[in-house]
Amino acid sequence: MSANLENMVKVFERPQSLTDARFTYCPGCHHGIITRIIGNVMDELGIVERTVGIAPVGCSVFSYLWYKADSQQVPHGRACAVATGIKRARPELIVFSYQGDGDFASIGTAESIHAANRGENITVIFVNNQIYGMTGGEMAPTTLVDQKTTTTPEGRDPRVAGYPIRFSEMIATLDAPAYVTRQALFDTKHIMETTKAVKKAFQYQVEGKGYSLVEILSTCPTNWRMSPVQSNTHVAETVTKVFPLGDLVDRG
Amino acid sequence: MGERLLLRGNEVIAEAAIRAGCQCYFAYPITPQAELLEHMALNMPRLGRTFIQAESEIAAISMVYGAAGAGVRTMTSSSSPGISLKQEGISYLAGASLPCVIVNIVRGGPGLGNIAPSQCDYFQATKGGGHGDYHLIVLGPSTVPEAGELTMLAFELADQYRIPVMILADGLLGQMMEPVELPDPIDPASLPAKDWATTGAKGRAPNIILSFEMDPDDLKQMNLDLQSKYRTITENEIRYEEYETEDADIVIAAHGTIGRICKSVVRMARAEGIKVGLFRPITLWPYPYEPLKRLSQQVHTVLTVEMSAGQMWEDVRLAVAERAATPFFGETGGIVPTPRSILNEVKKHVR
Repeated sequence: MSANLENMVKVFERPQSLTDARFTYCPGCHHGIITRIIGNVMDELGIVERTVGIAPVGCSVFSYLWYKADSQQVPHGRACAVATGIKRARPELIVFSYQGDGDFASIGTAESIHAANRGENITVIFVNNQIYGMTGGEMAPTTLVDQKTTTTPEGRDPRVAGYPIRFSEMIATLDAPAYVTRQALFDTKHIMETTKAVKKAFQYQVEGKGYSLVEILSTCPTNWRMSPVQSNTHVAETVTKVFPLGDLVDRG
Repeated sequence: MGERLLLRGNEVIAEAAIRAGCQCYFAYPITPQAELLEHMALNMPRLGRTFIQAESEIAAISMVYGAAGAGVRTMTSSSSPGISLKQEGISYLAGASLPCVIVNIVRGGPGLGNIAPSQCDYFQATKGGGHGDYHLIVLGPSTVPEAGELTMLAFELADQYRIPVMILADGLLGQMMEPVELPDPIDPASLPAKDWATTGAKGRAPNIILSFEMDPDDLKQMNLDLQSKYRTITENEIRYEEYETEDADIVIAAHGTIGRICKSVVRMARAEGIKVGLFRPITLWPYPYEPLKRLSQQVHTVLTVEMSAGQMWEDVRLAVAERAATPFFGETGGIVPTPRSILNEVKKHVR
């Protein structure tokens, strides 16, 4: 048995850049996959020892626990401004923010747009699951029309609550950003593509090319009241029609 | 000491910050502190340092949070309504024990108020301002040279105690020009390294900047640690000035700009044979309760004079208790009381 084990090739392991701490995310949620992808990218680029992560407010508030990198936990929505402060203070650091849709595209709207417009040499990971997970499933700026949430119990009525905001498209109208893309994780192929996008986003920062934004369509089985499998199907068949996948800007 | 310069208060605060080794300055334009922002815009890039005109007051204080967490000396400045917007970040900075300097060139309030000088933000500065059990060190300069000295001191205290420090001045001080001698610049590279800062986890465990604990016992401990720090600061850092108090029957308690004006009032009163002294707190937090308490035992009246409806007056009454009479005289709306009007008020209390 032991001889066989020695001959086996290890093809899957915990990224070296991640700690042993267990994730606090619900089953079927994509936050864990995204965290792993970031860990793998830090491994591949060899940057964990000079990276500072920004932990937001929301389900990923504890994200400072997962990485063997320095972190700052920051006020709701202010991640891009804090990232600006860190990066300007110490340009040699690799700085990334990890933000949900409420954080990045609602309460942090001003900070998100202006950091992009200044072309801050940072990487933003924007997790769009169309709902406020931690507070109990309220409407997000990205919530789909007719989607039921605890604050749109009859479904999001655009006459009252507006439409799902395509924030990455807004960022893509600016002159400064180096890379803006929207990705998803509902099957293996898309997980691989997301990994490539995240790697490119960090690579651009390492090379000093400027601001990059990777929006990732994620799931919230708990608050969507769906199984993980149903959630993946929902992203593939419904969410991507409102939030189309693909690169919006690539000035690399 | 360096060369003798003729500068506005706003410019002196900016120049003192640069000489104190401030490497990152973030702010949003507002009157009456625009010269401070403009001095930094001109001079920080020349020195290879960071100046950013932020998109908002909230963004500016959040940038300060990031730079402070990364271990450099950093500052923001604003005026009353802008400082209100910064309160979110100030509470987080206090909770995360991050050193920084925040300048409030106070204008008349509430609301939009006006751009005339006022002391109406005393409560906000000294009693909290943002959410949670926290304090800032609050320094109240009364002259342009003192604004420079206290700005240099603010950076030292911020680093020593890992606490945000506020300079509470007003539009009069910000706009007024006086000759100053500023000390030679500190080389930021010569400052002690901050081993807690997020500088990259190379050869050490990750450093985490946090202003929260989910577990109530842990959050209680964080609060106990803050309170312990505040006690140490209260024991070591109280600053105040006494002027002509030795034989005084009446003491005027006043801070900042009006504290300086009240020095003239003391001289005018003494010329008329009235034994008046001045007690001027320099640290508005921690407040010099004990020195004022001692002083109140030798006088019959402690007259508080402020450019507000009576805010520091509450601290004066806490210090004096029933040991002396504690009348109040003040102006609001950005009106600065004249020495003559204050002297007339003093005369009402002569026994």
